[in-house]
Amino acid sequence: MELHILLLFMIFAAIIAIEVKDLLSSVIAVGAVGFALCLAFLILKAPDLAITQLVVEILCLIILIRATIKRDLPLVIEGRWVFNTISTLAFICLFLFFAWLALRELPRFGEPIMAVVKKYLQEGEGRTGAVNLVTAIILDFRAYDTLGEATVLFTSVIGIMTVLRRPGRIKKK
Amino acid sequence: MILYLLCIVLFSIGLYGVLRKRNLVKIIIGLGIIEYSMNLFFVLLGYRFQGRAPIDAQDQAILTMVDPLPQALVLTSIVIGLGVMALVISIAIRIYEKYGTFDITKIKKLKG
Repeated sequence: MELHILLLFMIFAAIIAIEVKDLLSSVIAVGAVGFALCLAFLILKAPDLAITQLVVEILCLIILIRATIKRDLPLVIEGRWVFNTISTLAFICLFLFFAWLALRELPRFGEPIMAVVKKYLQEGEGRTGAVNLVTAIILDFRAYDTLGEATVLFTSVIGIMTVLRRPGRIKKK
Repeated sequence: MILYLLCIVLFSIGLYGVLRKRNLVKIIIGLGIIEYSMNLFFVLLGYRFQGRAPIDAQDQAILTMVDPLPQALVLTSIVIGLGVMALVISIAIRIYEKYGTFDITKIKKLKG
């Protein structure tokens, strides 16, 4: 029941974040979505995820505010308003239809399959020595995933440094 | 099932923002909402009624745990989401410096 309320709150905040005119208010609304997601992780018995989501959300908010502060919103004149909205809504309806078809094949909520993770649950503590099973999976059974994650992070840092670098001066002859 | 549907609705709100809005920051916010909803969907798939957090501790009354595998994967996904968000925002800041606007229809040189 709490999850339903939290998800409805997230949907409400997301609609506000998409539709409000002021960019800074929009960023703050998306922050509300992120913190509600953090609470939802806590209710879903995932404390590691809640902590990580909290830190990442704060960093994201700082970056987004850096991008939007002191920048005025240009007056946007919507051309072909009806056509654009109708085509977007039609695409979303198509997506919802296929999502509904796919959702019927999934296991019901609250009864996961747990076929892959059974081995981890039995041998996790004995083979890795980690009490927290999420840590055991992320750092031991699937350590290559984490290596790839670190690679992606450093690639992203290199990309940011390349994009935000001041261009060098051109030498005058 | 209702929770899954609400999660998909959140996804489609983000999709609407990406497809329909013309402001670059709004598009980035839509991407962020899509990412949140996908993370939540994976964790919802691994939830089990009357389960406990996947941490071994002494003297636990409840023996069944929630599925730790989606949690581990989503942990990776959250951190990668931060990297993607930072990169996209830096590109948007650069575009604003060059063109003086966030409106994607005014950025003529991006057209192929």
